Amino acid sequence: MRKYSVFAVAREALRGHKGWEPQWVSPEPRQEYDVIIVGGGGHGLGAAYYLAKEHGITNVAVIEKGWLGGGNTGRNTTIIRSNYLYDESMDIYEHSLKLWEGLSQELNYNVMYSPRGVMMLSHNIHDRQSFKRHIHANRLHGIDNEWLTPEQAKAFCPPLDISATARYPINGAALQRRGGTARHDAVAWGYARAASDRGVHIIQNCEVKGIRRGPDGAVTGVETSRGFIGAKKIAVSASGHNSVIMSMADVRVPLHSVPLQALVSEPMKPIFPCVVMSNTVHAYISQSDKGELVIGAGTDQYNSYSQTGGLQIITHTLDAICELFPMFRRVKMMRQWGGITDNTPDRSAIQGVTPVKNLFVNCGWGTGGFKATPGSAHLFAHLIARGEPHRLAAGLTLDRFRTGRLIDEAAAAAVAH
Amino acid sequence: MLLIHCPYCEEERSELEFRHGGDAHIARPTNIADISDEEFEEFFFLRDNPKGLIFERWRHVHGCGRFFNAARDTVSDKFYASYKAGEPKPDLPGISPATEKTVETYEATEGTAK
Repeated sequence: MRKYSVFAVAREALRGHKGWEPQWVSPEPRQEYDVIIVGGGGHGLGAAYYLAKEHGITNVAVIEKGWLGGGNTGRNTTIIRSNYLYDESMDIYEHSLKLWEGLSQELNYNVMYSPRGVMMLSHNIHDRQSFKRHIHANRLHGIDNEWLTPEQAKAFCPPLDISATARYPINGAALQRRGGTARHDAVAWGYARAASDRGVHIIQNCEVKGIRRGPDGAVTGVETSRGFIGAKKIAVSASGHNSVIMSMADVRVPLHSVPLQALVSEPMKPIFPCVVMSNTVHAYISQSDKGELVIGAGTDQYNSYSQTGGLQIITHTLDAICELFPMFRRVKMMRQWGGITDNTPDRSAIQGVTPVKNLFVNCGWGTGGFKATPGSAHLFAHLIARGEPHRLAAGLTLDRFRTGRLIDEAAAAAVAH
Repeated sequence: MLLIHCPYCEEERSELEFRHGGDAHIARPTNIADISDEEFEEFFFLRDNPKGLIFERWRHVHGCGRFFNAARDTVSDKFYASYKAGEPKPDLPGISPATEKTVETYEATEGTAK
């Protein structure tokens, strides 16, 4: 892999940009791999990278049905934060945030991580009590989170309407300054490039159609649209399609898949300095470096794999945006899309062993998986290599729905889905 | 937005009048205190989450207020049938439990919609 640097840019500028190499290679699949990762999104590609880098396992293939990062990795609103309520969640999201901070250097790929601050608006007494509880919990855990008065919130985000006559009055806000955004495509591509450089095979346009198991019940490989590929271990990280893949090994998982929508506006000059979220009126918004407002809407209420979503969901969000930021009322929306999120009953992820030998799962990241990408990938690699979860992911087991040790972030979500 | 047929009101109404109620045909065990943790997990948490034909509950909250069941395709979001609570799953000739041809992209879905 040729390193990206200012010198490389200068050299290629002189040579007419003829020397750039493909970022990753797409070889023919081998007969067998030590590990097959199903799903070429950020979590799967990242896990392949950390398997190679930290565990010395390089005979790895990432199998992707479509193209890299074409699922939820490329469909989210790129918000990064770690101000969750419960210890298990704080552990994993803070681990992830710390990895985000050095990710561009680590991958030699600019993921454009921008810690511009994530501010959550409080509109009523319940919000204030809930956010202050989060702030105290976070600070006890060593995670930054602070309370702002409405005036401080306005100073941090000038477009905000804090007037007493606003339709959704604001009585304060919680701010995580280290939170922010990153460029989602670059995360998938950066991990793919770094993993490919260490010998990982990245196989796109290859759909997994079945999971083959041996007489002892352990997995032996996957049936794909390009034939059978053997594997000693299989790690499933297929986002909205995790239920479909896991059913191939006769494992039922506590998931339901629903579309989650996002949309972007026409590009504008820099106007919006941070990320703002409001749980009560359901809105979250930031501005990309291209200048588009990136707005997240809610989920549809019914199971669906349609990657679209209902129009009433986004109009509801835009209603709220226009009230909070009156200056955006005449902005045109340019694109809208949906991603299929896999949601657990307690809204916390599942990462762990399964009842099937040598089959591992990373699922249930629901509506908030992007921010977890580096942390989840790092801990998933540990799980695959060692066969048991890392300390930081020990609570995310699949069997918690049997033992009752739920991590009930459903009651603690930043925005209610 | 979906257009949903309420089998009690006997008319199609906008999705805004309805609330989704999860999977249909899940019977709560009558001896709930006696069942094992595995059985409780199976009943309470584990779901098929099918890509294709699903049987689900809806409630006409802003109409008659009653629960009913529906059969729908989770890829095209097309309803095959809706029927009153307590009735058995309807026969759906020609429709297999899994979708034969999967539709992946927004563009493809939009194409079939046209």
